[in-house]
Amino acid sequence: MIDLRINDQIHSVDVTPDTPLLWVLRDILGMVGTKFGCGIAECGACTVHLDGKAVRACVLPIGAVSGRSVTTIEGVGADPVGKAVQEAWIERDVVQCGYCQPGQIMAATALLKETPHPTDMQIDEALSGNICRCGTYGRIRDAVHAAAERQS
Amino acid sequence: MNAFAGKPNAARRAVLIGGGALVFSAALPLRRGRARDLGGVPETGVLVENPANAFSPNAFVRVTPSAAGEAGEIVMVMPNVEMGQGIYTQSVVLIAEELDVDPVNILLEAAPPSDVYMTAALGTEATGGSTSTMSQWDPLRQAGAAAREMLKQAAATRWGCSVDLLKTENGKVLNTKTGQSLFYGEVASEAALLTPPKDVPLRPSSEWKLIGHARHRLDSRIKVEGRCEFGIDVIKPGMKVGTVSACPVMGGRVKSMDRAAALAVPGVCDVLKIDNAVCVVADNYYAAHKGLKALFVQWDEGENAHVDTALIYQQLHDGLNDPKPLVAEKHGDAPKALAGAAKTYEAIYQQPLLAHSPMEPINCALHIRKDGADVWVSTQVPLRARDAVAEIAGLPKESVTLSSQYIGGGFGRRLEHEYVAQAAMFAKQVPYPLKIVWSREEDIQLDRYRPAYVDRVRAGLDEKGDMTSIVFDLVGPAVCARWAPAGMTKEGFDPDLAVAIAPPETPYYYKNFQENYIRRETPGVVTAWWRGVGGTRGLFVIESFMDELALLKNVDPLEWRRRLISHEHPRARGVLDLVAEKSGWGKPLPPGHGRGVCLQFVFGSYMATVATVNLEDPLNIKVVSVDSAVDCGEIVNPDQVIAQIEGGVIFGLGTALFDEITLKNGRVQESNFSTWRIIRMNEAPPVRVHLVQSHEKPGGIGECGTAAIAPAIANAIAAATGRRLRTLPLMKALHSSEGEN
Amino acid sequence: MFSLRNFLFSVAATTVLCAVSGLSARAEGTNSDLVKRGEYLTRMSDCQVCHTAKDGQPFAGGRPFNVKPFGTIYSPNLTPDKETGIGGWTDDQFVKAVREGVSPGWKHLYPAMVYPDYARMTPEDVKAIRAYLATLAPVHKEKPANTGVFGFGPARVTMVFWNLLNGPASSWPDDPKHSANWNRGRFIVEGPGHCQECHSPRTLTMAPSTSNAWAGNVADGWLAYNISSDKQDGLGNWSAEDLTSYLSTGHAPGHGTASGPMAEVISHSLRFLTKEDMAAAIEYIRSLPPRASAAIKAPSSTDQSSVMRGEAMFDGACAGCHLRDGEGRNTPFADLTGDHTARAPDGRNLLLLLKQGSNLETENGSVFMPHFGHGYDDQNVVDMANFVLDHVGKTKAGLTQADLKKFMEEAGE
Repeated sequence: MIDLRINDQIHSVDVTPDTPLLWVLRDILGMVGTKFGCGIAECGACTVHLDGKAVRACVLPIGAVSGRSVTTIEGVGADPVGKAVQEAWIERDVVQCGYCQPGQIMAATALLKETPHPTDMQIDEALSGNICRCGTYGRIRDAVHAAAERQS
Repeated sequence: MNAFAGKPNAARRAVLIGGGALVFSAALPLRRGRARDLGGVPETGVLVENPANAFSPNAFVRVTPSAAGEAGEIVMVMPNVEMGQGIYTQSVVLIAEELDVDPVNILLEAAPPSDVYMTAALGTEATGGSTSTMSQWDPLRQAGAAAREMLKQAAATRWGCSVDLLKTENGKVLNTKTGQSLFYGEVASEAALLTPPKDVPLRPSSEWKLIGHARHRLDSRIKVEGRCEFGIDVIKPGMKVGTVSACPVMGGRVKSMDRAAALAVPGVCDVLKIDNAVCVVADNYYAAHKGLKALFVQWDEGENAHVDTALIYQQLHDGLNDPKPLVAEKHGDAPKALAGAAKTYEAIYQQPLLAHSPMEPINCALHIRKDGADVWVSTQVPLRARDAVAEIAGLPKESVTLSSQYIGGGFGRRLEHEYVAQAAMFAKQVPYPLKIVWSREEDIQLDRYRPAYVDRVRAGLDEKGDMTSIVFDLVGPAVCARWAPAGMTKEGFDPDLAVAIAPPETPYYYKNFQENYIRRETPGVVTAWWRGVGGTRGLFVIESFMDELALLKNVDPLEWRRRLISHEHPRARGVLDLVAEKSGWGKPLPPGHGRGVCLQFVFGSYMATVATVNLEDPLNIKVVSVDSAVDCGEIVNPDQVIAQIEGGVIFGLGTALFDEITLKNGRVQESNFSTWRIIRMNEAPPVRVHLVQSHEKPGGIGECGTAAIAPAIANAIAAATGRRLRTLPLMKALHSSEGEN
Repeated sequence: MFSLRNFLFSVAATTVLCAVSGLSARAEGTNSDLVKRGEYLTRMSDCQVCHTAKDGQPFAGGRPFNVKPFGTIYSPNLTPDKETGIGGWTDDQFVKAVREGVSPGWKHLYPAMVYPDYARMTPEDVKAIRAYLATLAPVHKEKPANTGVFGFGPARVTMVFWNLLNGPASSWPDDPKHSANWNRGRFIVEGPGHCQECHSPRTLTMAPSTSNAWAGNVADGWLAYNISSDKQDGLGNWSAEDLTSYLSTGHAPGHGTASGPMAEVISHSLRFLTKEDMAAAIEYIRSLPPRASAAIKAPSSTDQSSVMRGEAMFDGACAGCHLRDGEGRNTPFADLTGDHTARAPDGRNLLLLLKQGSNLETENGSVFMPHFGHGYDDQNVVDMANFVLDHVGKTKAGLTQADLKKFMEEAGE
């Protein structure tokens, strides 16, 4: 059994230590807000926070996560920055199909926690690892700025 | 905000505790996804199941009966699937405009598989081809109006007054004389006994409160909070997860596999096989994925094992020499005019096979039993998908339920349902509910691809360099022949291939015009629809060629187009002028920069696009900005039109710059996002959309941006560098000498 | 040349190893100690990597070896299949093949098979390997025919003479001037571990150089780095802890992560060594005399345009794992700082890593680098590599498409 702290709750799971966090979340714990997009950390759809940093859950073996704190899209709204990002996303009508957006929101929240008022270039740098096939990048950039304003 | 003070959820809880009104609880819709407790406010976006005993005046409106003083729930049935294009929000607005309800207070149901929800233009229940708003524009407003009139009539009967005294507002019928009001739910049972009226007059645009106004999407919150249930998110009791590997060479079969090795992987519970594919089933995807690796499947590759990309292009180029092309479209006598022209100009364009790669990898969940089956799937064709499962399972169609899920990107991929059929062949071998999830590699390598095409265009010019004739020779597959055979012309032409080229779906007037078609099906792959369909294909050809002619004659490319616009298309001139103004066309640019224009009339909408590129670094195509002027007729939600153009441009741009599906020994070489390149935020230019106010019939919008961008960029590159790239993808063409032909 | 010490070490090793062994599931009814010892030696000898085709079943052979300019050799099937594998061989035939390079029917094996090194194992060691291989599930898989000069008989005859020049040594006696540990290390490194086959330059007759041993060499297109104790070019600045971490997990902080062929060696061989054997091997490696590497061609200046193009792509396609400064996002394995590959100015391994990808097996499953190509064309890949050299490796970054083409050709692609 491996103990995990996810969104401030402790879960015990019985899987092999090589199982990526993504599949523990989705298929073992039923927390399907975190998405599968590529399985090779190329698209960012599975982004979650590990001790506050944005990481790709699809390549993060559960054996390396034990004892550390995980935040997912289901829990990030409890954080004021995460909440501001979600509200900015709604306000700016960012989403289209919405499949990549949990990952985008997790990446944006991690950015704003480190850099409360990022420039366009800093946003690009932090979020270019997150693919949006619908092409909502312009609105994501706007919404990150809007979330930053909400915070101040 | 909440007009439904009666709090339906509170009512339901009361019912569950009490006794008397159990019928009542059965009438309430069940939420399919993970709704949040909002203290009685219906949560928009979460899909519900069709409530029993509801007032259902037509296929689109359901009102559950409510007790005195309480609001029933209003459910709207969405005839089209939501894959990002915002159609749920648009459809709700169309119904609500006539029904007088606040869109945020209604519940959504995805249409079940049924002919009732057929999209006429597509000949089946399908969402695609930018047809949704066009085809639902009248029917949904009529549905709302009919329901409204029946609710009013029921209230009039209750009150014993004339219906003329009544009006509707915010989910209630009001008596203008007495001031009395009733929630729709209160009169729903009586309304259900009435005969639906025919031909209720629709409100004129001057009375619209919702249509034409920017409005937030209804599905945003559940999507940003991770509660939107896509097909891949479906979880049912006892469900297992499978992942598949199909023969990477089309037509091949499973030869051998090490079943024991796969079953030895912890968590793996079954190994299933069909003729051309295997499926490893486990408790979770990762275990299934490991099991699949351990399976070491060997294939009999069959006759396509020799196919490679060079062969495909060779066949297409050879097609240009076909002595007997089909004359698909014509007016005047273009070949004669060409033969007698003072000068002729010819160019050949090549476009590649393309994958769809929506962010949600292909998946399908289903439970096949002896007495019926349940299917939960993201699909653009629910009816075809349902019928396929019924046939494979040997079940009557009525015994198969299909729940259309939110779709994490369609782009035409989910107009195919072969993955549902494949899933059914596996699922019928097991007693438990099975969710099949493809890896990204499977998703890209077993896709059904946008075809590759080769086009030759020849123009006859007079002494002044003006065009007197134009002849298109188009070589490529006919997707329509497989997907909708009835749509083929009797001569054997796929009419989609005329889009953007042939009148009337072009803004241009040609004195003499002919389109010849040489059909060449692509060996080794199945070809399919892809975002922008004929528009994306045709515009790259015609808009590149127009640019070449303008430069040949040394005329400003935008001015050249202006001269060629047919007098039947004044709106084309409108968007061209607007984009010229907004993009600063003609104003000086820094060295190495260039502007390119594209003009189009496809999907019933007019659009002109100007792209500005920076090639100061000759090995990089940096797109600085894109302006699009759009006249798509009447607009339901301006902000979502803008969103579709923005997104469509970025979608088309990435593909035009980077991507091409290639085959080697019958196998697709691209496999994941490290070889199938998706445009990223730091490569995405700002897209500025300029809307034209119009009261013409609505046109389609979802694919316009995608169609426009490749020629706009190619033309901008020509302006910046003098190099004319006639082969897609453009970055590869830029980096090689072959791209220019 | 039976060595008692070797035998004792092996027995000690196997008892520790039982816990981590996962390969053989069908050992019932055989001499289990012998089989376990054989499994350990099989891993130490790294038989699996060369005898497994890409995406193929383990030990079923079929991996191509391009020996430029002579042709291609395919590794044979080592599973006990009677027709296509070694199921029909006697133990003695197997020993002769492994230690002398002569397979049944007096066919000389080409030096792609490292029998001169394996000869340092005793016949008993080799028989243990045989006993282990016999427990594998038989896989019926024909070996593809060799090409070029290897497709004909005369080359095999030539091997008789090659063997006279370079060929099989026999088990070495221990060197009394050194510790037992050192001698055990030498056995592992120069014997079954066959490290020199990649890490020593080749002589004119394609045998590993003795005069310039361990100074690094190109194998399969990749540069197997200088592992002598040279402080500048070799491992002189690596601590024993660094080496232990690197060789047993594939990563050492400040030195990066093993990739390409070395990642395969760690995945299938080195990480299974016992602590004692690993320490012995490292003691021996650290005692290797310092040797300078052959000079490698380095660009004279940095191509700034390329670096800038690469930077944009790195943020999108690479920073998801590595973060933009290369310190690694998800796992320490993605940490590029200090990695030889990120600063070697010829970009050989860096470019091949981008084009071929890499896979490393760890206790927490596979750690991998995806391969880039197609949508990322050759110029794109070169640009990404130049950004890494400039930004992470802090070295001149002037790679070109011609470099990429050359390295890919040398790698047989």
